[in-house]
Amino acid sequence: MTNLLVFPILLPLVIAVLFILARVRDRHAGTVAIAGALAHLFVSFMLMARVMEQKVTVLWVGAWPYPAGICLVADYLSAVMVLITAVIHTAVVVYAAKDIETRQIKAGFYPFMQILTAAICGAFLTGDLFNLYVWFEVMLMASFGIMVMENPAGRLTNAVKYVALNLLSTLFLITAIGLLYGLTGTLNLADLHDKAARVENTALLTSTGMLMMTAFGIKAALFPLFFWLPAAYHTLPAAVAAFFAGLLTKVGVYALIRLFTLVFVTQTHITHTILMGAAMLTMVSGVVTAASQMDIRRILSFHIISQVGYMILGLAVFTPLALAGTLVYLVHNIIAKSNLFLVGGLIHRATGSFHLSHMGSLYKTHGLLSAGFFIPAFSLAGFPPLSGFWAKLLIIYACLESGHYTAAAVAAAVGLLTAFSMAKIWLEAFWKDTPQKGPLPLPGNYSAWMMVPVLCLCLFTILLGLFMEPAMQLSLAAGEQLMNPAAYILAVKGGG
Amino acid sequence: MESFLALVVGLMVSAAFFLMLSGVLIRFVFGLILMGNAVNLLIFTAGRLAPVNPPLIGAKQTLLAAPAANALPQALILTAIVIGFAMTIFMLILLFRTHDQTRTLDADQDRFIFETDKTDLPDITGQREQE
Repeated sequence: MTNLLVFPILLPLVIAVLFILARVRDRHAGTVAIAGALAHLFVSFMLMARVMEQKVTVLWVGAWPYPAGICLVADYLSAVMVLITAVIHTAVVVYAAKDIETRQIKAGFYPFMQILTAAICGAFLTGDLFNLYVWFEVMLMASFGIMVMENPAGRLTNAVKYVALNLLSTLFLITAIGLLYGLTGTLNLADLHDKAARVENTALLTSTGMLMMTAFGIKAALFPLFFWLPAAYHTLPAAVAAFFAGLLTKVGVYALIRLFTLVFVTQTHITHTILMGAAMLTMVSGVVTAASQMDIRRILSFHIISQVGYMILGLAVFTPLALAGTLVYLVHNIIAKSNLFLVGGLIHRATGSFHLSHMGSLYKTHGLLSAGFFIPAFSLAGFPPLSGFWAKLLIIYACLESGHYTAAAVAAAVGLLTAFSMAKIWLEAFWKDTPQKGPLPLPGNYSAWMMVPVLCLCLFTILLGLFMEPAMQLSLAAGEQLMNPAAYILAVKGGG
Repeated sequence: MESFLALVVGLMVSAAFFLMLSGVLIRFVFGLILMGNAVNLLIFTAGRLAPVNPPLIGAKQTLLAAPAANALPQALILTAIVIGFAMTIFMLILLFRTHDQTRTLDADQDRFIFETDKTDLPDITGQREQE
């Protein structure tokens, strides 16, 4: 099993091809997709186990030697991200089996989802900058496909904005890659770490880094580049929105973490200071805008933005503890956020609307759904002992420890405002009496089946909160590994 | 030669931004194409221009005999061109479909903005009976 690294990418691609060639379009489609997702989850577990044992594992595709070839690398960060992708993919596919309609399956929902998963895993595992660009393009294409899949009224104009802005960001990315190649003559990330440190023209290197920060900032929805996100996400079917909300922005966050711990580390007083400013503004603007919204999906979309701020704050503080906090935050947030979007879809099924003014008394009528909302929502707001509390605590503690008192205060205040937003949804949708006038519930398709992934993700949130100690140890090891990339570089060099 | 190409890239990028900022989406696509080509030229220049021999290894040899042109930027550009084609075509079809719905491709026009706002309206499929 030396080729283990390639399976999380290859397996979903094979299943996507199977879907297209065998024209799986009937009721078997859901079963095939779930089987594929479970197999993907299994290989991701295997990869995680391998990384726990070897710390860093490398595969040189085609056995070309360092640094000419293209390599796949998995360290703690990559392995955890691949594993969490597989978990969310499985949950979403299980949910989608009852949620997605036949015309959406005919429009290619399942193959697109598989390709998207493959591309996300590819982006997490690649050790080569140009490959990262290619995986981002694959990811974009698949997400475009899902976005426009049944040509519905109103969604196309939003898709135009999403597509236009993302194409622009990829052009920035490839410009930055071209400049970096011109400066260093290499595109291998481990090789770049050595060569970027030896570049004499630090001004040009830093501006290249800033261009890359802009490109990934658009994808990660950093301030002031986040306006496309709420417009794009709130028109999607619940299953798709959950997958996008959980993972797409986080790939941008991952790329920022990888590049600004491995490549652009010589001028941290410029790059990481800017990251910190952007992170604080992202947190505040996301949460404040969310407070003024009344549509559940819009509230949740704006919260994605504010949560991305926390992760980038951890990167900007740039200590092993802060990076550990970022990793815990990523895992906690991906689980909680995807879960909330799934719950949002169920609320829509139960009440016929996404708008808070149209719903009420769900606590009385849908008890289990209330639990399904309560746990991820108040984990997101940072209530102990749920996972969000520890994630926020780590980030704020790391801020205080390194003397960033303003950032710590902002992070704590934003947590309070998040609690306000979540309490608003809770009061309006679950406690308030049902309003006199409003839409009818969607007919007869609210099934217990769709509660399964929601409750499983709730269980993960609780378990992550209760068993924080082992998760902390792993995150701290990951943080050390990111701050001191010597082991990563040695593994890549030795793997030739 | 490098500085000349750098100037050309700069001109192309500024023209591309001018087109993109006009608000008419079809011009945005032209801007995107122009900028894609500018970036390709930039990668080509960044790969150094000096040696002109093709990077081909002769028969019965295992190494390049003379200094040769850098083959990697060309491979990168080729990939970028292929991806750029696909993205441009997707964008054009998306705009074509959007035009079907909105009858305009001017992002500042009311019909385009209204189409976006449709999704913000509460989707009331039926009314509950008065209790």
